Amino acid sequence: MNLLLGIAWRHLLDRKRQSFISILGIILGVAFFLGIASLMIGSEKDFIARLVDNSPHITIQDEYRSARQQPLVKIFKEGAVQLKHVKALNEPRGIRNYEIVLKNLRAHDNVRASPTLTQQALVTNGGQDRGITLQGIVPEDAHDVMTIEEHMVDGSIQDLEANRDGIIIGATLAEKLTLSRGNMLTVAATTGDVRNFKIVGIFRTGQAAYDEAQAFIDLKRAQALFNRANRANRIIIKLDNPYDARAFAAETEHSIGYKSVSWQEATEDLMSVLTIRNIIMYTVVSAVLVVAAFGIYNVISTVVTEKQRDIAILKSMGFETGDIKKIFLYQGAILGIGGCLIGVPLGAAMMFGLSQVQMKPPGVSDPIQLPIDWGITQFIIAALFALVAAMLAAYLPARKAAHVQPVEILRGGF
Amino acid sequence: MALIEAHQLTRILPGDIPVTLVKNIDAGIEAGEFVAITGPSGSGKSSLLYLLGLLDRPTSGDVLIDGQSISTLNEEQRAHVRLKNLGFVFQFHFLLPEFSAIENVMMPMRRLGERSENEMVLRATNLLETLGLGGHLYKRPRQLSGGQSQRVAIARALANDPKIILADEPTGNLDSAASQLVQGIFRDLAHNQKRAVAVVTHEVDFVSKTDRVIRLVDGCILQNSQN
Repeated sequence: MNLLLGIAWRHLLDRKRQSFISILGIILGVAFFLGIASLMIGSEKDFIARLVDNSPHITIQDEYRSARQQPLVKIFKEGAVQLKHVKALNEPRGIRNYEIVLKNLRAHDNVRASPTLTQQALVTNGGQDRGITLQGIVPEDAHDVMTIEEHMVDGSIQDLEANRDGIIIGATLAEKLTLSRGNMLTVAATTGDVRNFKIVGIFRTGQAAYDEAQAFIDLKRAQALFNRANRANRIIIKLDNPYDARAFAAETEHSIGYKSVSWQEATEDLMSVLTIRNIIMYTVVSAVLVVAAFGIYNVISTVVTEKQRDIAILKSMGFETGDIKKIFLYQGAILGIGGCLIGVPLGAAMMFGLSQVQMKPPGVSDPIQLPIDWGITQFIIAALFALVAAMLAAYLPARKAAHVQPVEILRGGF
Repeated sequence: MALIEAHQLTRILPGDIPVTLVKNIDAGIEAGEFVAITGPSGSGKSSLLYLLGLLDRPTSGDVLIDGQSISTLNEEQRAHVRLKNLGFVFQFHFLLPEFSAIENVMMPMRRLGERSENEMVLRATNLLETLGLGGHLYKRPRQLSGGQSQRVAIARALANDPKIILADEPTGNLDSAASQLVQGIFRDLAHNQKRAVAVVTHEVDFVSKTDRVIRLVDGCILQNSQN
């Protein structure tokens, strides 16, 4: 073994209890860091994955981000134009020429798009009624842009293709209205139109609110029910790479004028909350390691104080200032590396334990497992942070040791 | 030619009231010479030894080792000179308590790194056996008596085969029998092994066994004469 490393090792062995307490601090710090970080990162990734998988990557809405200008104002940009008594064209709301927009969107290889017409409606059965969000979809496109097919517990989206007068409802709504597949359901639109639909499928996403208040019918039937012929009020888009959504949404909005909202824009508030949550989380778990680093500082500082005479004698033998500093830095490294070597497996065990925990949060109908992220990055961060903290904690006492003047110590004797 | 020389060596401790430890010391010790540095308490004996041993820097003057001036060397170079050319023995053995006797003796050799592990073990064993510690190689300092510990410290000082041995009250903490043994060892180091040996002591008996006496008073040489 390297001489200086050997001396460092013997110093620590000579203070087994103090060294054990110090290394225990690092072990627990690393383990808790991993446990908490993996849970936080896991829940964030799970949240984003749910967003990306279950929501459109881009939603084109039938509205404009800023009020549209009159053609006259556009022509005379610098002019003092005043228009009075402008009467808005009274036409059904929705995206104009959505089929042309769709055709242009589908010209891109990495883009899958489908129109929808979504509006509130009332469903009635056996004297009970419920307000729902009724979404008119193109069943043939559903598997390209939606994940509802994955959550079907009875029937399928294809049944909607076979029976254009069919409806797919959530399991919670079915339970509350005592409905099952094959039953008829009365749907009343806000226009006052009432139609009967046959239940061809039931889905269960696990999100109770969604399963109770969402239903799907064929787009053409929705256009007829809502009296909005040839209109869609949303175009939902999925991209091969969800992270291209922001750029593609901006490009689309610039091209067609309609407000195009990427999933990142739609969840900006939530993302900033996640960022704040991460800052808090890393601060708290880092604090554990900082406290552990104080433990290392304490033990090495004590060794330096107790070993003044040995440091002096080593210097009198011919050990250099750098050698003395290395001895104590090695002690920090031994404690840091040792803490990581035990702390990382312990943290992994803690992560495994957490991943086995099942819980049922409010608003969720099925129990879920805690989402744990097993990414290598957090292991590297935990180990590096522990090592850096240990080395920094060792540095100050090591520097003090290196500057011990042997004459001052040797004059004093014992 | 002297193996170690002091030229106009002066050491003044700075402060509100500067303290002169040694002043204008001119002295040298040749190979095979056994010199006692003596004087009353506070006369500057240990200070002179630390200056000669490069553990302290003079305020003015110079130390020459084997004819080479030390004043221009940096800390690392001075450390290397200590490692290779100087062996220290102190009043207290100052052995590293976590290491056995043989490990303590091997430590300077390991730092110098000029010998293989086997050569180091062999040399340390020989040194300890020569000093009558053959049966105590793997004992920790706390398992050794004061005299035995001091002999281990002497063996450690000899580990890198230095030409110069400097000792600060090496028998000051020993009983009479152990003191006699250690005095004999130092005389042997000078006379038979041809090393330059300087011993700070105020024991009359020890002084009488040396070849030459340098007597200090108030940091100045009062006497520098053959015994």
